[in-house]
Amino acid sequence: MHDKTLTQLARALADGETSSRELTETLLGRIDRLDGRLNSFISVTHEQALAAADAADALRAKGQAGPLTGLPLALKDIFCTNGVKTSCGSKMLDNFIAPYDATVVEKLNAAGTVSLGKTNMDEFAMGSSNENSHYGPVKNPWDLNAVPGGSSGGSAAAVAAGLVPAAMGTDTGGSIRQPAAFCGITGLKPTYGRVSRYGIIAYASSLDQAGPMARSAEDCALLLGTIAGHDLRDSTSVARGVPDYTAELGESLSGLKIGLPKEYFGDGLAPEVEQAVREAIKVYESLGASVHEVSLPHTHYAIPAYYVIAPAEASSNLSRYDGVRFGHRCDAPSDLIDLYKRSRDEGFGEEVKRRILIGTHTLSEGFFDAYYTKAQQVRRLIRQDFIDAFEEVDVLMGPASPTPAFDLGANKDPVSMYLQDIYTIAVNLAGIPGISVPAGFAGQRPIGLQILGPHFAESQLLNVAHQFQQATDWHQRRPALAEESA
Amino acid sequence: MALEPSDVQRAAHLARLAMNDADATGYVDDLGRILAMVDQLQEVDTDGVAPLAHPLDTTQRLRADEVTERDQRDHFQRVAPAVENGLYLVPRVVE
Repeated sequence: MHDKTLTQLARALADGETSSRELTETLLGRIDRLDGRLNSFISVTHEQALAAADAADALRAKGQAGPLTGLPLALKDIFCTNGVKTSCGSKMLDNFIAPYDATVVEKLNAAGTVSLGKTNMDEFAMGSSNENSHYGPVKNPWDLNAVPGGSSGGSAAAVAAGLVPAAMGTDTGGSIRQPAAFCGITGLKPTYGRVSRYGIIAYASSLDQAGPMARSAEDCALLLGTIAGHDLRDSTSVARGVPDYTAELGESLSGLKIGLPKEYFGDGLAPEVEQAVREAIKVYESLGASVHEVSLPHTHYAIPAYYVIAPAEASSNLSRYDGVRFGHRCDAPSDLIDLYKRSRDEGFGEEVKRRILIGTHTLSEGFFDAYYTKAQQVRRLIRQDFIDAFEEVDVLMGPASPTPAFDLGANKDPVSMYLQDIYTIAVNLAGIPGISVPAGFAGQRPIGLQILGPHFAESQLLNVAHQFQQATDWHQRRPALAEESA
Repeated sequence: MALEPSDVQRAAHLARLAMNDADATGYVDDLGRILAMVDQLQEVDTDGVAPLAHPLDTTQRLRADEVTERDQRDHFQRVAPAVENGLYLVPRVVE
């Protein structure tokens, strides 16, 4: 049961082969047995999960079940969950019991899904390896010496290890796609504004977007249809109808034009990653697609632009953690300034402080135009690169990450860690959707193919990913750890 | 633009982060290399390019200035470190 997709489990529930109670108990048992080695969960909500499972089964007994009723999943610990600790991977929020639900959580609850708990993550979603969590690093289920990627590393590891069939993540610079690639699962970052950010703890508000992480593109389509949509409580959510994202799954790829950005196949790309991506593209050619070289000339400036814009927004967003209204407060403050300063110094980890300092510095008097205005101008050029490319081709393809999962502790230098996100970060700056699908292995470690589409082209993107998964079985591979019976 | 420990101290104060001199010196190297990486932006010709604040290039919607939320003060203050009579407690500011 633990290695099935959501779609398969939905059928099993509908056919009465299993109950949500049975499914939930099985997976909670697996979490209790296996997660000590992975550390993919920060909180496991046994009681709430079983209560939700029973409610789902009762609904089904009355003939009122929807397509997702009773399906278990997990939530990155960045989604506010009413009555449940929501830490965002930070000591700052270790004592924070969210007093309300994020819109994504509300929608998933309304659809009858069963949350098993909150997954581990880089603190405040700042990181590419999950090593920045206050709750310790997550291990990659394919190789316990490797990182799972970040920042949604717990969500990716939990899905890969068969602890949950799907999990919610967020992606500000690659935080869904890169961990999905490292853990051999499918992860979708929707168009900016497609999913409400209400109740998602903010990192960089013009870049943050939530999305599904699962075992197939079909499952991602099912989940995106549930969580997407306009929300009056998020003024950046887009007022635009939500299509049935599963409706286009099954359309032929004959005539599809695939663009390969030449900048995504240059220096720094590991040969085994390049080989897997090129093999995947051959599969697409066999499905009737044509391949064209394109250029995204400002690719090289995406990371510099991101490391102005994201820290600037973060320094503003994280000013709310003041030790007064919620979160960590230092002992015996001598005055108000001491209260702020020590609470924040004690509550935030190294990487978070680094980004707050960068953002504060670049926004400060005398530096603003040289950094922030300049970065926003470059952001427009980066976005235009994509718009121009999509005049020529339907989708873009390339690697999700320049390397497979690296070893825990291997990237100590912040700048070299930042450069890991070279293929994912521009996508957030442009606001377009992207998906990572499993496309091979380097030894034991999975490799992800990234597929990008124009704004709001999720239906097409999901079908392009789905067709690959009809022709290959990379997404069906499971790590040995997931099959241990212990 | 080279970074000095005093720049780090200044940013730390603005960001309300406690920082002693040893910490500030420690950050100079990391932050300096991040800013050197960021400085590559200066190579790009951006004459006449409008800054992009929103990836869909739209502006924030406006709504009527009406109360839409119900009062949940007690509920929200349950997660506060210190409250009294509905007020947040902080060290005395005015003597």
